[in-house]
Amino acid sequence: MKKQILTAVIILFAASSLPAQDKYFTKSGKIVFSSKTSMENIEAHNKSVTCVLDTKTGNMQFALLMKGFEFEKALMQEHFNENYAESHKFPKAEFKGQVINNNEISYTKDGNYTAKVKGKLTIHGETKEVETQGTITVKGGRIETDAVFHVTLADYKIEIPALVKDNISKTVSVTIDCTLDLLKS
Amino acid sequence: MRMAKYILTVCLLMIAGHMLYAQEEDLLKLVGGEEKPQKQYVDYAFKSSRVIMSHSMEVIRPGVMDMRILHRFGNVNRGAYEFFGLDNASMRLGFDFGITKNLMAGIGRSTNKKELDGFIKYRLIHQAKGPGAMPFSFLLVGGSSMTLLKWADTSRKNFFTSRIGYYGQAIIGRKFSEGFSLQFMPTIVHRNLVATQNDPHDLLAMGAGARLKLSKRISLNVDYYYRLNPNPEDGTQNPLSVGFDIETGGHVFQLHFTNAAGMNEKVFLLETTNKWEKGDIQFGFNISRSFQVKKKKK
Repeated sequence: MKKQILTAVIILFAASSLPAQDKYFTKSGKIVFSSKTSMENIEAHNKSVTCVLDTKTGNMQFALLMKGFEFEKALMQEHFNENYAESHKFPKAEFKGQVINNNEISYTKDGNYTAKVKGKLTIHGETKEVETQGTITVKGGRIETDAVFHVTLADYKIEIPALVKDNISKTVSVTIDCTLDLLKS
Repeated sequence: MRMAKYILTVCLLMIAGHMLYAQEEDLLKLVGGEEKPQKQYVDYAFKSSRVIMSHSMEVIRPGVMDMRILHRFGNVNRGAYEFFGLDNASMRLGFDFGITKNLMAGIGRSTNKKELDGFIKYRLIHQAKGPGAMPFSFLLVGGSSMTLLKWADTSRKNFFTSRIGYYGQAIIGRKFSEGFSLQFMPTIVHRNLVATQNDPHDLLAMGAGARLKLSKRISLNVDYYYRLNPNPEDGTQNPLSVGFDIETGGHVFQLHFTNAAGMNEKVFLLETTNKWEKGDIQFGFNISRSFQVKKKKK
Protein backbone atom coordinates (compact mmCIF):
# COMPACT_ATOMS: atom_id res chain seq x y z
CA MET A 1 0.00 0.00 0.00
CA LYS A 2 2.76 2.38 1.04
CA LYS A 3 4.57 1.57 -2.13
CA GLN A 4 1.54 2.36 -4.26
CA ILE A 5 1.17 5.79 -2.72
CA LEU A 6 4.80 6.47 -3.22
CA THR A 7 4.56 5.50 -6.87
CA ALA A 8 1.60 7.81 -7.32
CA VAL A 9 3.49 10.69 -5.75
CA ILE A 10 6.47 10.03 -7.94
CA ILE A 11 4.33 9.97 -11.06
CA LEU A 12 2.86 13.30 -10.07
CA PHE A 13 6.32 14.72 -9.57
CA ALA A 14 7.48 13.37 -12.87
CA ALA A 15 4.50 14.92 -14.60
CA SER A 16 5.23 18.31 -13.13
CA SER A 17 8.80 18.11 -14.34
CA LEU A 18 7.64 17.66 -17.96
CA PRO A 19 8.01 20.78 -20.09
CA ALA A 20 5.09 23.07 -19.40
CA GLN A 21 3.18 24.65 -22.25
CA ASP A 22 5.30 27.70 -22.60
CA LYS A 23 6.50 27.49 -26.17
CA TYR A 24 4.88 29.53 -28.90
CA PHE A 25 5.37 29.24 -32.62
CA THR A 26 4.21 30.13 -36.13
CA LYS A 27 4.99 28.89 -39.60
CA SER A 28 3.43 31.79 -41.40
CA GLY A 29 5.30 34.76 -40.01
CA LYS A 30 6.09 37.71 -42.24
CA ILE A 31 9.46 39.19 -42.98
CA VAL A 32 9.89 42.10 -45.38
CA PHE A 33 13.16 43.50 -46.49
CA SER A 34 13.56 46.75 -48.29
CA SER A 35 16.35 48.61 -49.94
CA LYS A 36 15.87 52.28 -50.67
CA THR A 37 18.10 54.32 -52.96
CA SER A 38 17.50 57.42 -55.00
CA MET A 39 17.43 55.21 -58.09
CA GLU A 40 15.15 52.41 -57.03
CA ASN A 41 13.18 51.04 -54.12
CA ILE A 42 13.22 47.30 -53.74
CA GLU A 43 10.95 45.37 -51.46
CA ALA A 44 10.54 41.64 -50.94
CA HIS A 45 8.03 39.73 -48.85
CA ASN A 46 8.32 36.34 -47.26
CA LYS A 47 5.11 35.04 -45.76
CA SER A 48 6.20 31.63 -44.51
CA VAL A 49 8.66 32.41 -41.77
CA THR A 50 8.95 29.93 -38.94
CA CYS A 51 9.41 31.42 -35.50
CA VAL A 52 9.56 29.66 -32.14
CA LEU A 53 9.73 31.38 -28.77
CA ASP A 54 10.28 29.67 -25.44
CA THR A 55 8.70 32.07 -22.99
CA LYS A 56 10.36 30.34 -20.06
CA THR A 57 13.94 30.74 -21.20
CA GLY A 58 13.51 33.58 -23.66
CA ASN A 59 15.07 31.51 -26.43
CA MET A 60 13.92 32.70 -29.81
CA GLN A 61 14.54 31.26 -33.25
CA PHE A 62 13.58 32.23 -36.78
CA ALA A 63 14.03 30.35 -40.01
CA LEU A 64 12.99 31.03 -43.59
CA LEU A 65 13.64 29.87 -47.11
CA MET A 66 15.37 32.46 -49.26
CA LYS A 67 13.36 31.31 -52.29
CA GLY A 68 10.23 32.35 -50.43
CA PHE A 69 10.93 36.05 -50.95
CA GLU A 70 8.61 37.57 -53.50
CA PHE A 71 9.49 40.69 -55.41
CA GLU A 72 7.44 43.09 -57.41
CA LYS A 73 9.60 42.50 -60.47
CA ALA A 74 10.32 38.98 -61.70
CA LEU A 75 13.81 39.98 -62.78
CA MET A 76 14.68 41.23 -59.29
CA GLN A 77 13.57 37.90 -57.88
CA GLU A 78 15.74 36.07 -60.38
CA HIS A 79 18.76 38.21 -59.59
CA PHE A 80 18.15 37.87 -55.86
CA ASN A 81 18.11 34.07 -56.06
CA GLU A 82 20.74 33.62 -58.73
CA ASN A 83 23.30 36.32 -58.02
CA TYR A 84 22.96 37.76 -54.55
CA ALA A 85 21.46 35.29 -52.09
CA GLU A 86 22.51 32.26 -54.17
CA SER A 87 19.50 30.38 -52.82
CA HIS A 88 20.53 27.09 -54.39
CA LYS A 89 23.72 27.10 -52.31
CA PHE A 90 22.30 28.74 -49.20
CA PRO A 91 18.60 27.93 -49.15
CA LYS A 92 17.95 29.02 -45.55
CA ALA A 93 18.39 32.05 -43.37
CA GLU A 94 18.27 31.55 -39.63
CA PHE A 95 18.33 33.47 -36.40
CA LYS A 96 19.05 31.86 -33.06
CA GLY A 97 19.00 34.07 -30.04
CA GLN A 98 17.44 35.16 -26.85
CA VAL A 99 15.18 37.78 -25.41
CA ILE A 100 17.68 39.28 -22.96
CA ASN A 101 15.10 40.96 -20.78
CA ASN A 102 12.80 37.95 -20.75
CA ASN A 103 12.04 38.28 -17.03
CA GLU A 104 10.53 41.73 -17.65
CA ILE A 105 7.86 40.25 -19.90
CA SER A 106 4.86 38.55 -18.42
CA TYR A 107 3.52 36.29 -21.10
CA THR A 108 0.37 35.49 -19.19
CA LYS A 109 -0.84 39.07 -19.05
CA ASP A 110 -2.08 41.02 -22.05
CA GLY A 111 0.05 44.04 -22.88
CA ASN A 112 2.93 45.56 -24.85
CA TYR A 113 6.46 44.85 -23.83
CA THR A 114 9.76 46.05 -25.17
CA ALA A 115 11.99 43.13 -25.96
CA LYS A 116 15.72 43.24 -26.39
CA VAL A 117 16.86 40.42 -28.58
CA LYS A 118 20.39 39.25 -29.18
CA GLY A 119 21.67 36.34 -31.16
CA LYS A 120 23.28 34.93 -34.25
CA LEU A 121 21.92 35.64 -37.70
CA THR A 122 22.92 33.38 -40.58
CA ILE A 123 22.40 34.56 -44.15
CA HIS A 124 24.24 33.45 -47.29
CA GLY A 125 26.24 30.99 -45.16
CA GLU A 126 27.68 33.77 -42.98
CA THR A 127 26.88 34.10 -39.29
CA LYS A 128 26.99 37.39 -37.44
CA GLU A 129 25.97 38.61 -34.01
CA VAL A 130 22.99 40.93 -34.12
CA GLU A 131 21.14 42.83 -31.46
CA THR A 132 17.91 44.73 -31.80
CA GLN A 133 14.96 46.00 -29.93
CA GLY A 134 11.41 45.03 -30.77
CA THR A 135 7.95 44.74 -29.34
CA ILE A 136 6.24 41.73 -27.88
CA THR A 137 2.49 42.03 -27.63
CA VAL A 138 0.57 39.50 -25.59
CA LYS A 139 -3.06 39.39 -26.52
CA GLY A 140 -5.63 36.70 -25.85
CA GLY A 141 -3.16 33.87 -25.53
CA ARG A 142 -1.22 34.83 -28.63
CA ILE A 143 2.10 36.56 -28.87
CA GLU A 144 2.96 39.09 -31.55
CA THR A 145 6.55 39.95 -32.26
CA ASP A 146 7.54 43.03 -34.21
CA ALA A 147 11.00 44.31 -34.92
CA VAL A 148 12.98 46.27 -37.45
CA PHE A 149 16.70 45.93 -37.88
CA HIS A 150 19.36 46.58 -40.45
CA VAL A 151 21.54 44.17 -42.32
CA THR A 152 24.72 45.28 -44.03
CA LEU A 153 25.04 43.13 -47.13
CA ALA A 154 28.84 43.14 -47.10
CA ASP A 155 28.80 41.48 -43.64
CA TYR A 156 27.20 38.46 -45.21
CA LYS A 157 29.46 38.45 -48.27
CA ILE A 158 26.68 39.52 -50.60
CA GLU A 159 28.39 41.43 -53.36
CA ILE A 160 26.74 44.21 -55.31
CA PRO A 161 28.39 44.72 -58.69
CA ALA A 162 29.56 48.25 -59.49
CA LEU A 163 27.03 48.55 -62.29
CA VAL A 164 24.01 48.40 -59.99
CA LYS A 165 25.54 49.84 -56.84
CA ASP A 166 23.32 52.91 -57.17
CA ASN A 167 20.22 50.73 -57.34
CA ILE A 168 20.79 48.53 -54.34
CA SER A 169 21.36 49.90 -50.89
CA LYS A 170 24.41 48.66 -48.97
CA THR A 171 22.24 48.21 -45.91
CA VAL A 172 18.75 46.79 -46.12
CA SER A 173 16.14 47.08 -43.45
CA VAL A 174 14.39 43.94 -42.28
CA THR A 175 10.92 44.10 -40.75
CA ILE A 176 9.59 41.19 -38.75
CA ASP A 177 5.92 40.61 -38.04
CA CYS A 178 5.03 37.23 -36.54
CA THR A 179 2.00 36.12 -34.57
CA LEU A 180 2.75 33.09 -32.43
CA ASP A 181 0.35 30.48 -31.13
CA LEU A 182 0.82 28.08 -28.26
CA LEU A 183 2.80 25.03 -29.26
CA LYS A 184 0.90 22.00 -28.03
CA SER A 185 3.34 19.24 -27.29
CA MET B 1 16.36 -0.95 2.46
CA ARG B 2 14.69 -1.95 -0.73
CA MET B 3 12.51 1.13 -0.40
CA ALA B 4 15.47 3.47 0.02
CA LYS B 5 17.07 2.11 -3.12
CA TYR B 6 13.82 2.57 -4.97
CA ILE B 7 13.52 6.21 -3.96
CA LEU B 8 17.13 6.89 -4.80
CA THR B 9 16.73 5.47 -8.28
CA VAL B 10 13.65 7.56 -8.93
CA CYS B 11 15.38 10.70 -7.64
CA LEU B 12 18.34 10.11 -9.88
CA LEU B 13 16.06 9.60 -12.84
CA MET B 14 14.27 12.84 -12.10
CA ILE B 15 17.49 14.79 -11.77
CA ALA B 16 18.71 13.33 -15.02
CA GLY B 17 15.43 14.37 -16.61
CA HIS B 18 15.81 17.91 -15.37
CA MET B 19 19.33 18.11 -16.64
CA LEU B 20 18.22 17.03 -20.06
CA TYR B 21 15.53 19.62 -20.06
CA ALA B 22 17.91 22.36 -18.99
CA GLN B 23 20.05 21.83 -22.04
CA GLU B 24 19.58 24.39 -24.74
CA GLU B 25 17.33 22.84 -27.32
CA ASP B 26 16.83 23.54 -30.96
CA LEU B 27 13.41 25.07 -30.86
CA LEU B 28 12.95 24.84 -34.60
CA LYS B 29 13.13 21.08 -34.39
CA LEU B 30 10.10 21.13 -32.12
CA VAL B 31 7.97 22.41 -34.94
CA GLY B 32 9.56 20.09 -37.44
CA GLY B 33 11.87 22.71 -38.90
CA GLU B 34 10.41 25.14 -41.33
CA GLU B 35 10.43 22.79 -44.27
CA LYS B 36 7.85 20.26 -44.89
CA PRO B 37 9.07 18.89 -48.18
CA GLN B 38 7.52 20.88 -50.96
CA LYS B 39 7.48 20.60 -54.69
CA GLN B 40 10.14 22.96 -55.94
CA TYR B 41 10.29 23.95 -59.56
CA VAL B 42 13.70 24.11 -61.13
CA ASP B 43 14.19 27.48 -62.76
CA TYR B 44 16.87 29.53 -64.45
CA ALA B 45 18.20 26.70 -66.61
CA PHE B 46 19.13 29.37 -69.15
CA LYS B 47 19.71 33.07 -68.65
CA SER B 48 17.14 34.00 -71.24
CA SER B 49 14.35 32.48 -73.26
CA ARG B 50 16.81 31.61 -76.06
CA VAL B 51 19.84 29.38 -76.09
CA ILE B 52 21.39 31.49 -78.85
CA MET B 53 19.24 31.16 -81.95
CA SER B 54 16.78 28.59 -80.57
CA HIS B 55 14.11 28.80 -77.95
CA SER B 56 15.33 27.63 -74.57
CA MET B 57 13.41 25.71 -71.93
CA GLU B 58 12.86 28.97 -70.05
CA VAL B 59 9.60 30.90 -70.14
CA ILE B 60 9.69 34.56 -69.21
CA ARG B 61 7.57 35.45 -66.18
CA PRO B 62 4.06 36.77 -66.48
CA GLY B 63 3.89 40.53 -66.85
CA VAL B 64 7.39 40.76 -68.28
CA MET B 65 8.16 42.20 -71.70
CA ASP B 66 11.50 41.17 -73.10
CA MET B 67 12.84 43.45 -75.82
CA ARG B 68 15.31 41.50 -77.90
CA ILE B 69 17.61 43.14 -80.38
CA LEU B 70 19.53 40.57 -82.42
CA HIS B 71 22.45 41.42 -84.67
CA ARG B 72 24.41 39.33 -87.13
CA PHE B 73 27.40 40.82 -88.84
CA GLY B 74 29.04 39.76 -92.08
CA ASN B 75 31.47 36.90 -92.41
CA VAL B 76 34.51 37.20 -90.20
CA ASN B 77 36.83 35.92 -92.94
CA ARG B 78 36.18 38.89 -95.20
CA GLY B 79 39.24 40.57 -93.73
CA ALA B 80 40.13 43.99 -92.49
CA TYR B 81 38.55 45.85 -95.43
CA GLU B 82 35.10 44.73 -94.25
CA PHE B 83 36.23 45.17 -90.65
CA PHE B 84 35.93 41.40 -90.23
CA GLY B 85 32.29 41.49 -91.12
CA LEU B 86 31.25 44.31 -88.86
CA ASP B 87 30.60 46.60 -91.83
CA ASN B 88 27.54 44.55 -92.67
CA ALA B 89 24.87 43.89 -90.17
CA SER B 90 21.44 42.44 -90.29
CA MET B 91 19.15 42.50 -87.34
CA ARG B 92 15.90 41.36 -85.83
CA LEU B 93 13.92 43.47 -83.45
CA GLY B 94 11.56 41.48 -81.31
CA PHE B 95 9.27 41.70 -78.35
CA ASP B 96 8.43 38.73 -76.18
CA PHE B 97 5.70 38.72 -73.58
CA GLY B 98 5.21 36.53 -70.54
CA ILE B 99 1.50 35.79 -70.37
CA THR B 100 1.15 33.16 -67.65
CA LYS B 101 3.67 31.15 -65.71
CA ASN B 102 3.87 28.63 -68.55
CA LEU B 103 2.91 30.62 -71.60
CA MET B 104 4.77 33.23 -73.60
CA ALA B 105 4.51 34.71 -77.05
CA GLY B 106 6.60 37.00 -79.19
CA ILE B 107 6.81 38.88 -82.45
CA GLY B 108 9.75 40.10 -84.44
CA ARG B 109 10.82 41.75 -87.65
CA SER B 110 14.06 40.87 -89.42
CA THR B 111 15.91 42.90 -92.00
CA ASN B 112 16.80 39.65 -93.77
CA LYS B 113 14.06 39.14 -96.42
CA LYS B 114 11.93 41.67 -94.54
CA GLU B 115 10.47 38.89 -92.50
CA LEU B 116 7.84 39.19 -89.86
CA ASP B 117 7.65 36.32 -87.40
CA GLY B 118 5.73 35.31 -84.35
CA PHE B 119 5.55 32.39 -81.98
CA ILE B 120 3.79 30.92 -78.99
CA LYS B 121 5.62 28.81 -76.45
CA TYR B 122 3.91 26.70 -73.83
CA ARG B 123 5.42 24.67 -71.03
CA LEU B 124 3.53 21.43 -70.38
CA ILE B 125 5.97 19.91 -67.91
CA HIS B 126 8.14 21.88 -65.54
CA GLN B 127 11.21 20.25 -64.05
CA ALA B 128 10.81 19.98 -60.28
CA LYS B 129 12.34 18.58 -57.12
CA GLY B 130 10.72 17.19 -53.99
CA PRO B 131 7.32 15.50 -53.93
CA GLY B 132 5.94 15.31 -57.46
CA ALA B 133 9.44 15.65 -58.87
CA MET B 134 9.92 15.75 -62.63
CA PRO B 135 13.31 15.04 -64.12
CA PHE B 136 12.85 17.32 -67.14
CA SER B 137 10.85 20.13 -68.68
CA PHE B 138 8.78 19.73 -71.81
CA LEU B 139 7.66 22.65 -73.95
CA LEU B 140 5.97 23.15 -77.27
CA VAL B 141 6.66 26.03 -79.62
CA GLY B 142 4.62 26.98 -82.64
CA GLY B 143 5.64 29.80 -84.90
CA SER B 144 5.14 31.35 -88.26
CA SER B 145 7.08 33.71 -90.46
CA MET B 146 6.12 35.79 -93.44
CA THR B 147 8.33 37.55 -95.93
CA LEU B 148 7.27 41.03 -96.89
CA LEU B 149 9.60 41.26 -99.89
CA LYS B 150 8.08 42.29 -103.19
CA TRP B 151 7.47 39.33 -105.48
CA ALA B 152 10.57 38.44 -107.49
CA ASP B 153 8.54 37.28 -110.47
CA THR B 154 5.44 39.34 -111.09
CA SER B 155 4.61 37.59 -114.37
CA ARG B 156 3.27 34.52 -112.58
CA LYS B 157 0.37 34.28 -110.23
CA ASN B 158 1.61 34.84 -106.71
CA PHE B 159 -0.40 33.65 -103.75
CA PHE B 160 -0.36 35.38 -100.41
CA THR B 161 0.09 32.01 -98.69
CA SER B 162 3.36 31.57 -100.55
CA ARG B 163 4.88 34.17 -98.30
CA ILE B 164 4.30 32.09 -95.25
CA GLY B 165 6.21 29.35 -93.46
CA TYR B 166 5.56 27.56 -90.21
CA TYR B 167 7.51 25.69 -87.63
CA GLY B 168 6.66 23.43 -84.74
CA GLN B 169 9.11 22.46 -82.07
CA ALA B 170 9.21 20.34 -78.94
CA ILE B 171 11.78 21.14 -76.27
CA ILE B 172 12.87 18.47 -73.83
CA GLY B 173 15.34 19.93 -71.40
CA ARG B 174 16.92 19.37 -68.06
CA LYS B 175 18.96 21.51 -65.73
CA PHE B 176 21.41 18.86 -64.55
CA SER B 177 23.14 21.10 -62.05
CA GLU B 178 23.50 24.76 -61.23
CA GLY B 179 26.16 24.97 -63.90
CA PHE B 180 24.93 22.70 -66.66
CA SER B 181 21.70 22.55 -68.65
CA LEU B 182 20.97 20.53 -71.78
CA GLN B 183 17.99 20.41 -74.09
CA PHE B 184 16.92 18.68 -77.28
CA MET B 185 14.61 20.24 -79.84
CA PRO B 186 12.97 18.04 -82.47
CA THR B 187 11.69 20.49 -85.04
CA ILE B 188 9.62 20.57 -88.19
CA VAL B 189 9.61 23.49 -90.61
CA HIS B 190 6.99 23.83 -93.30
CA ARG B 191 7.17 26.15 -96.30
CA ASN B 192 4.19 26.77 -98.47
CA LEU B 193 6.40 27.69 -101.41
CA VAL B 194 9.67 26.00 -102.22
CA ALA B 195 12.17 26.89 -104.92
CA THR B 196 12.65 23.51 -106.62
CA GLN B 197 11.17 20.03 -106.58
CA ASN B 198 14.15 18.82 -104.55
CA ASP B 199 13.28 21.14 -101.74
CA PRO B 200 11.17 19.47 -99.10
CA HIS B 201 8.04 21.29 -98.03
CA ASP B 202 8.56 19.80 -94.58
CA LEU B 203 12.03 19.78 -93.15
CA LEU B 204 12.78 17.74 -90.07
CA ALA B 205 15.63 18.64 -87.76
CA MET B 206 16.97 17.60 -84.39
CA GLY B 207 18.46 20.37 -82.31
CA ALA B 208 20.55 20.43 -79.18
CA GLY B 209 21.31 23.33 -76.90
CA ALA B 210 23.49 23.48 -73.83
CA ARG B 211 24.67 25.92 -71.26
CA LEU B 212 27.76 25.74 -69.08
CA LYS B 213 27.97 28.40 -66.42
CA LEU B 214 31.44 29.88 -66.12
CA SER B 215 30.64 32.31 -63.33
CA LYS B 216 27.58 33.77 -61.67
CA ARG B 217 26.95 36.07 -64.60
CA ILE B 218 28.70 34.45 -67.57
CA SER B 219 27.90 31.21 -69.33
CA LEU B 220 29.06 29.35 -72.42
CA ASN B 221 26.25 28.32 -74.76
CA VAL B 222 26.13 25.96 -77.72
CA ASP B 223 23.23 25.63 -80.10
CA TYR B 224 23.13 23.17 -83.02
CA TYR B 225 20.71 21.52 -85.43
CA TYR B 226 21.12 18.35 -87.44
CA ARG B 227 18.76 18.36 -90.40
CA LEU B 228 17.34 14.99 -91.41
CA ASN B 229 16.08 15.67 -94.94
CA PRO B 230 17.72 18.76 -96.41
CA ASN B 231 17.86 19.33 -100.14
CA PRO B 232 21.21 17.68 -100.92
CA GLU B 233 21.83 19.91 -103.92
CA ASP B 234 21.43 23.41 -102.55
CA GLY B 235 24.56 23.31 -100.39
CA THR B 236 22.83 24.38 -97.22
CA GLN B 237 24.44 23.57 -93.91
CA ASN B 238 23.49 22.56 -90.42
CA PRO B 239 23.51 25.68 -88.26
CA LEU B 240 25.86 25.88 -85.28
CA SER B 241 26.22 28.76 -82.84
CA VAL B 242 28.67 29.06 -79.99
CA GLY B 243 28.81 31.97 -77.63
CA PHE B 244 28.65 33.58 -74.24
CA ASP B 245 25.75 34.90 -72.22
CA ILE B 246 26.75 37.87 -70.13
CA GLU B 247 24.29 39.20 -67.64
CA THR B 248 24.56 42.71 -66.29
CA GLY B 249 21.76 43.90 -64.03
CA GLY B 250 18.80 44.34 -66.34
CA HIS B 251 20.39 43.18 -69.62
CA VAL B 252 21.52 39.88 -70.99
CA PHE B 253 24.12 40.13 -73.75
CA GLN B 254 24.64 37.12 -75.94
CA LEU B 255 27.89 37.31 -77.87
CA HIS B 256 28.45 34.49 -80.27
CA PHE B 257 29.84 33.09 -83.47
CA THR B 258 27.51 31.37 -85.88
CA ASN B 259 27.20 30.17 -89.45
CA ALA B 260 23.43 30.61 -89.35
CA ALA B 261 21.72 32.91 -91.76
CA GLY B 262 18.89 34.90 -90.36
CA MET B 263 17.27 34.88 -87.02
CA ASN B 264 14.16 32.79 -87.23
CA GLU B 265 13.76 29.03 -87.39
CA LYS B 266 12.79 28.85 -91.03
CA VAL B 267 15.73 30.89 -92.21
CA PHE B 268 18.48 29.38 -90.13
CA LEU B 269 17.37 25.82 -90.81
CA LEU B 270 16.78 26.21 -94.53
CA GLU B 271 18.97 29.00 -95.77
CA THR B 272 22.27 28.59 -93.93
CA THR B 273 25.00 28.21 -96.52
CA ASN B 274 28.08 29.27 -94.57
CA LYS B 275 30.51 26.59 -93.49
CA TRP B 276 32.27 26.63 -90.14
CA GLU B 277 35.23 24.69 -91.49
CA LYS B 278 35.87 27.39 -94.08
CA GLY B 279 35.71 30.16 -91.52
CA ASP B 280 32.49 31.52 -93.04
CA ILE B 281 31.22 32.48 -89.68
CA GLN B 282 29.63 35.61 -88.43
CA PHE B 283 29.90 37.45 -85.22
CA GLY B 284 26.58 38.18 -83.63
CA PHE B 285 25.21 39.65 -80.52
CA ASN B 286 21.80 39.68 -78.94
CA ILE B 287 20.65 42.12 -76.34
CA SER B 288 17.77 41.19 -74.12
CA ARG B 289 16.23 43.82 -71.89
CA SER B 290 13.39 42.90 -69.57
CA PHE B 291 10.69 45.32 -68.56
CA GLN B 292 8.11 44.58 -65.91
CA VAL B 293 4.96 45.72 -67.70
CA LYS B 294 2.52 44.42 -65.14
CA LYS B 295 3.52 44.45 -61.52
CA LYS B 296 2.93 41.57 -59.19
CA LYS B 297 0.43 42.07 -56.43
CA LYS B 298 1.87 42.23 -52.96
